[in-house]
Parts: sequence; structure tokens; C-alpha cells
Amino acid sequence: MIYLKLFLNFLMIGALSFGGGYGMVSLVRETVISNGWLTENEFLNFIAVSESTPGPLAVNMATFIGSTQGGILGSFLATLGVVLPSFIIILLIAAVLKNLMKYAGVNAFLSGVRPCVIAMILATAIGMAISTLLGFANIHSALAPDPKSILVFAILWLTHFGYKRIKKTAPSPIIMILFSAALGMLLWGV
Amino acid sequence: MRKEWTLFLTFLKIGAFTFGGGYAMIALLENEFVERKKWIEKDDFLNMVAIAESTPGPVAINSATYIGYKIAGLFGAAAATVAVCIPSFTVIFCISLFFDQFLSLTWVSRAFRGIQVCVIYLISFAGLKMLKSIKRNAFNTVILLSVIVAMLACTVFAVSFSSVYYILICGTAGLAIFFLKKLRKGNDN
Repeated sequence: MIYLKLFLNFLMIGALSFGGGYGMVSLVRETVISNGWLTENEFLNFIAVSESTPGPLAVNMATFIGSTQGGILGSFLATLGVVLPSFIIILLIAAVLKNLMKYAGVNAFLSGVRPCVIAMILATAIGMAISTLLGFANIHSALAPDPKSILVFAILWLTHFGYKRIKKTAPSPIIMILFSAALGMLLWGV
Repeated sequence: MRKEWTLFLTFLKIGAFTFGGGYAMIALLENEFVERKKWIEKDDFLNMVAIAESTPGPVAINSATYIGYKIAGLFGAAAATVAVCIPSFTVIFCISLFFDQFLSLTWVSRAFRGIQVCVIYLISFAGLKMLKSIKRNAFNTVILLSVIVAMLACTVFAVSFSSVYYILICGTAGLAIFFLKKLRKGNDN
């Protein structure tokens, strides 16, 4: 039953993704890849789409996967699933547990979750880099470095530091996406 | 009814213009509800930001539900939450219908080879930025290193181990340290 599966998987993402922004990236990646809903490359493509359109990654991902797997109803149920935990938890806090954030136990739990989320984002980035740039999937497969991708990665980081030096702030994600698109057309076109 | 309708329209607008995730939205919300409409006091707003960031789920959804509830109760919470989702739902749903055809254009697929690399850069940068903001102490360092090593080892050896467990284990570790400290303090007295 695809509808129930979509709803439950995205319910879990909504209930357990801490940290906002890319905090949910490892859980979302695992879910969509292990269910065979997207490949690693398709997942990267979609993150770029999500960055260039309004809305949080988890909600965008739910709508997209829901739609491709189960049409408009699937799309609706997956989105409902990802939003529902937030809605219920926040209502409980706003209405009943007004002092939840003041309980030492809650803060102690969050103090463990915070570094964990950062580690998960970094490990996901490293995992993606070794699989996309170095072509390394796991110990059972051979290494197949992709020089063009490695070159693009290096150019992006150099641009990042150059931009930061001049403008004192990091370049916006959309500008970097457009720049990398141009690099892609140039490098893979010749 | 008027307040619910205003909430709905405001969050519809905010949902349509927040690119780049929840943090960009916080500034918009503050401008709208604290400074212009004066529906929420500054202190309460800061409290809301802390809650939205520490509870699971996207910051955008959490803040919509909280502000909606504060201003117009359960109905307000529902109006704000539905409204903030409508723009991205519509946009992504339309994209999902044409995305595969779009990607099959040669130039587009070439562009996306570069974009895929860019996404890895974006995620690395987001992680490094958060790493800079976290307190440097033994507990954080141990958690950071062990989770990174464990996750990478699972990738390399093709073992599947859900992120859910990392979150639960690390949260429990935080609790355990807290109770140990409390216990030690109790013994000293």
C-alpha cells in the first residue's frame, strides 16, 4: 500500500528531523534511497530544485516523492505526514507544556542531539563526496574518480573563499547553483 | 474570523517568498508580526524561535503553528500551517510532473552534472557553519567524532543503520551525562 507507506515514512521524518535546514538531510536521503524512490544523483538534483524554490526541504521532498510515487493523493498524504508531527508537538507546547523548554531533562536530551545533527550533516556531505566525486559506493566496489566533478568542486570552494574575501559574506546558494550549472554545461558539453 | 484570514494570507505570502529554508523566514516573520502588526511581543517571539529550532520538523512549519495558535487558537494554527505549505506544495507538484522530461534535455542534464556537485558543496558548507557555532567541549567533540566515524564506516562497509538511532542514542547520552552530573553533585553534599 504505497499511500500508507508514503504517509508513515514522511511522518517519521517529520517527527525525528531536528536542526532545521539540512538537519534532516541524512534521514531524508536514507528514506528515499532505501525505498528505491530516488537514486543518489536524482536526490542531489532534487535538493537543487528545493533550494531554488520556496519551502523547507522536507516538505518539498514529501510533495515531490508523493507525487512521483502516488500522484496527487500520494503527494497530499506525504506532505500531511511530514507536517503533522510539527503541528501536534507545537500545539502541545503552546497550549499545555508552556515550560517544556525549561525542563532540564529536555535540554539535556537536546544537548546530545545538537552535535549529532551536525555530525550527520557532515558525514552525509562526506559520503556524497566520496560517492559522486570519487565514484566509491562501498568496499565491494572499485574506485572510479570523476575528474570533472572534482574540478567543479574545487572551483566552487575557491569561488566561495574569493567571494567571501571581497564581499565579507558567503555567496547565496542560488548564485552558486546557477554558476555550477554553467560549469556543468561547459565541462560536460565539450 | 478576520484574524484567521489575515493569518492565512500572511503565511501564504511568507510561504511563497522564503527561499533557502527556515532561517530566512524568521526575519520576515519578525518584521510582519512583531514590528508591523504588533500581534506578538518581542520576548514571546524569541521564545517561539527557540522552540521552533529545538523541536523536530521544519522551522517554517513549527513557527507557523506556534504563531497561528498564539494569535487565533487552534483554528489560527491550522490556517497558518496550511497556508505556509500551499505555495511550495503547488510549485513542487507542478515541477514533479515535468521534471523527468526537463532533465532528459541534453543541455539540462549537463547542467545538472555541475549542480549535483554544487549541492555537495552546499551541504558541506551548511555543516561546517553549524560546526563553527557549537560550543567546543569534550562531550560535543566525542559525539561529533563518533557519529561521523560510525556513519562513514556504515557507508564504506555497506551496513544499514538508520539516522533515527543516532539521534536517539545521542539524546540519551545527553540525558545520561546530565543525570551523572546531578548524582555526583548529590553525593558531594
